[in-house]
Parts: sequence; structure tokens; C-alpha cells
Amino acid sequence: MTLRLGLPSKGRLMADSLDWFGARGLALRKTGAEREYRAEALGVTGLDVVLLAASEIARELAAGRLHLGVTGSDLVREGIPDWERALRALAPMGFGAADLVIAVPQGWVDVDTLDDLDAVAAAFRRAHGFRLRIATKYHRLTRDFLQAHGVADYQLIDSQGATEATVKAETAEAIADITSTGATLRANGLKVLGDGLIHASQAVLYKSRVAPWGGAAQATLRQVEGMLGL
Amino acid sequence: MIDGAARALARAESARLMGLFAAAGAQPVEAAILQPAATLLDLYGEDIRARAYVTADPLRGEMMLRPDFTVPVVQMHMDSGADPARYAYAGTVFRRQDSDLGRPHEFLQAGFEVFGGHGAPQADADVFATLADALADLPLRAATGDIGLLSAAVRGLRTTEARKDALLRHLWRPRRFRALLDRFGAPRPHAALALADAFADAGPEIGLRTRAEVAQRLEALRADAAAAPLAAEEIALIDRLLGLREDAPYALAALRALAGDLGAIAPAVDAMAARLDALAARGVAVETLAFEASFGRTSMEYYDGFVFGLYADGRPDLPAVASGGRYDALTAVLGRGRVVPAVGGIIRPELVVALRGGRA
Repeated sequence: MTLRLGLPSKGRLMADSLDWFGARGLALRKTGAEREYRAEALGVTGLDVVLLAASEIARELAAGRLHLGVTGSDLVREGIPDWERALRALAPMGFGAADLVIAVPQGWVDVDTLDDLDAVAAAFRRAHGFRLRIATKYHRLTRDFLQAHGVADYQLIDSQGATEATVKAETAEAIADITSTGATLRANGLKVLGDGLIHASQAVLYKSRVAPWGGAAQATLRQVEGMLGL
Repeated sequence: MIDGAARALARAESARLMGLFAAAGAQPVEAAILQPAATLLDLYGEDIRARAYVTADPLRGEMMLRPDFTVPVVQMHMDSGADPARYAYAGTVFRRQDSDLGRPHEFLQAGFEVFGGHGAPQADADVFATLADALADLPLRAATGDIGLLSAAVRGLRTTEARKDALLRHLWRPRRFRALLDRFGAPRPHAALALADAFADAGPEIGLRTRAEVAQRLEALRADAAAAPLAAEEIALIDRLLGLREDAPYALAALRALAGDLGAIAPAVDAMAARLDALAARGVAVETLAFEASFGRTSMEYYDGFVFGLYADGRPDLPAVASGGRYDALTAVLGRGRVVPAVGGIIRPELVVALRGGRA
């Protein structure tokens, strides 16, 4: 039985993943044509490298169809309920950094913190007759965060793209979204709350707890862990 | 896989409870399994999404599998205009479980709700005693509380109405309630107040919240900064109340003493005394009835008076076998201004059957 390792199939995340393994002596090489999603491991037998979208890697690890996988910690926490039951984080990889934050219009000069946001949500609901809308695609993480901090009188609006634009479009009053530099937020007239960091995400090498860990897969895992110094 | 024999026993227990509630004057009612999500979301906010299954109807929009019967029964009562009224219901409720596979995601509830009628203490006692009597054969321990004491204490604080409103809004969120108390005790002016022109770096106005609303909040912040801090002694009184945990007669004595320093809770303490008398008249052993002033604060928002739970002795792993409370605040919201005093509770037949059979 081979050990299946899932890597992001595109762009910077894929290149950084290949470099990360390479720097630790495990050379992975993309094979086939430019647009073909294939890769192979050099010098390790029984290791099958699969290229997938990062969100699918999270799902496949949780389903036990991948043994190992590289994906963003935000996708794991958002997509997999009680994720630690299904996955174990083997190594944070130091790239793919992105913060999931709560941002509000810069014009809300009275709002710097969650405490302010909560007070404004109460006043907004009284004035407008509905709950203050926060646009996001990270429903679970945002809801858990706001619940833990006792923020009330808000509602989440689903936004699968261009979330920064929702405030200007008046389909939301605030957003919870991923940002790496904050430039896009600022360009859209938004600012991050001082205590509004929901999750600092980065690429992580995960191990599936629910994949079939037969003897061969275990042996390959030990070899890979040895090479990676885990 | 559903265990057919256990299911049959739970259904029989539901029917037995319905019979007891009918004997207590309740009229049997039904509620749709699919409830409009908008009403529940408006009442409970996003938290309900984490607890209830949401599904979509092509014509009616978002629907939820009923997480309990309270809301549909209150709506039915408020629309009927009947007063007073007592209702009984039994059926399956659905609870989404995100983190614990062991917890049931569908289970039976048999409920008893009392609207209006003779005084609140009597109705509170009726509901509690009806549920407790129905389970008299089981080794259960009761926990009780009264959210009305805390809200009365907050209303009686010597501070601004705005601060009291903020605290009352978060009675059911202990962490934010505490953060607010701390902030009101040692207020720090908001950074925006230090600016000569708060809007100098405000950028373009975007979104539905207008600049006038922002200016209004700055005014509120200014007023709050000018108000005296909440006195440490007053915060200490709230802490004394929240920390109270005694058998009912001792709790009542402690509350009477507390009312000496916090006069605003006196009517709520009198109401508790009247309730204990009514409970005693119904044969409840009030001398050993546990009372916790913080009980029920993290359960259902809108419980605003007497709250209770009945727990299996020696089984801390099980949720309450029965629970309930007074929810006048919910009728106020759903009645669009009309308030009907209401108190009710539910029993979980599957847990009753499991305890009788010695397993769960």
C-alpha cells in the first residue's frame, strides 16, 4: 500500500511546497506537461504524490483518502468540524501566511475593537431593523470567534469572492476575510479591528488519523518523517 | 441505526407524559418540523445556526428543522389570543452536533407550557412540580435559578441607563457581561475622543451605517466618558449575587440580606419567596432545593425569570432530563409589543427510559 501525499496543485503554494520538501532532502518533481497535475518523489518508494486544490486536500485528509497533505490551516479549521479528531498537524511550513480578520469601514472611527463592534451591532439593529451583516466564506471560524467573545446582534452573509466589495455594495456592513498585507482591505475603505484576528493561517503538513495506516504506509511515513526531521 | 424497542418505550413515555400534562389542564398541540429560519435567526442570531439544521425550500427560502417547540408554541399562542392557556406537546427535535458524535442529533421532547393566568409564582411552581412529579420514580437532583434577580440587580445599579442597557443585553453572555462590568468600573476614554477631528482620516463614507450614526455613537462614548465609574462596591454586590449557591431557604436569607444593600432586588426576592411557598404547597421539598444565582445564564436567551433543570443523580455525563423556565421576554418579542407571562419546561423521554432501564 502506497502512502498518498497531497500537494496544492497550483501557483505559489505548490512551488513553496516543492521547495520546502526539497530543502529537507525530499525531492518532489512535477511531471508531465505544464497543465497536467502529476508529481513524483525521488528516492522514496511507496510514496504517491497527488496534486489537488488546497480545499480538496483538507477534505480528502478528513475522509482518509490521503495519508499526508499540505494545505492552509484556515481551510482545515473551517472545513472540518472538530478537525483534531481527524487530522494531526505534523509541521507548520512557514509560508502561505494569511490572517483571517474582521474588518469594518475606515469611516467607523468609533470602532477599534470587538467591544465597539458589539455596541455598534446593537445600535445598528435598533436603527435599521435587522442584524448587522458580516460577509464571509469562513462561517464556522467567524461564528465560533464572535460567540466566544460574546458579540451579539450580527448575522453572517455568505460571500464566496470579492468579499471586500460587499460593504460598498451595501450587501454587508463588515467582513471577515483573509488578508496577507491588508492592502486590498485599505483600497476598499476597510480597516482591521485591533482584536479582530480570528486565525493566523499558514501552510501546514497534516497527517490523517483516519486513513488506512497499514504496515507499508507506516514504514514510508517513518522514512519521510526521518528525512523531514519530524 | 435506531433501536426499535427503545424507541417504542420512549414513545410510550411521551404518551404517558402527554396524559399527565392533559390532566394538569393542558391542551395538546402540534408544530411543524420545518420552521422558517428567519424567525429563529432573528431571535437567536447566528448561534442558532451552529445548533440547528438549516435546509432550503425553493419557495419558502431557508428553513430549520425545529430545534425545540418553544417558538412555534409561543407564536401559536400569541396569534390565538387565548388567555390564559396551557399547552402540551411531544415530538422529535433536531440539534446539529459539530464536535461530539456521541450526542444525539434528534431526540424526543415532551413539553408543558403555561401562558398567563394566576400569578407568576404559582405558574412557576405548577410547571416545576408537574415535571418533577412526572419523574418522581427516578433519582433526580434539581437545580434552580432566577435570571430576574440579576436583571433587577442591574436595573438597580447607580449608573447610566446606557450602561444598564448594555449589561441587560448580555445577561446570557457571562464573558461579555464581565468585560462590560470591568470596563464600567474603570472606564478608559475611547481613542477616537482624543482626536480634534474624529473624521479627519475617515475616508469615504461607505456602507449602510451613516456618518450620522457614527457621530451619534461618539456622542454616546463622550457621555459615557463623562459619567462616574461604576463603584467597586456595586460590582462587588453583583459578584455576591452571581456567586450565591445554597439550598433555597439559605439562598433566600442571603438574598434578603443582599437586598439591604441592593434594594432594587427586593421585589424579585419577594417573588422568589412566594414561589418557594407555592412549591412547598405543591409538595416540593424546598428545604433541600438547590439554588444557584448563575444557573441558566448560558442556556436559552430570553429565559428571564425562574429557571430549572432536573439531572440524573450520579450521571454528570447526561444532559438535563428535564429543563425549563420563565420566558416573558420571548412573548414580548414574538407578540410585537404584547407581553404574556409564560413559563414552561420539557422532559426528554429517551433519557427517562434509559434511566429506568439503567442505561443511556
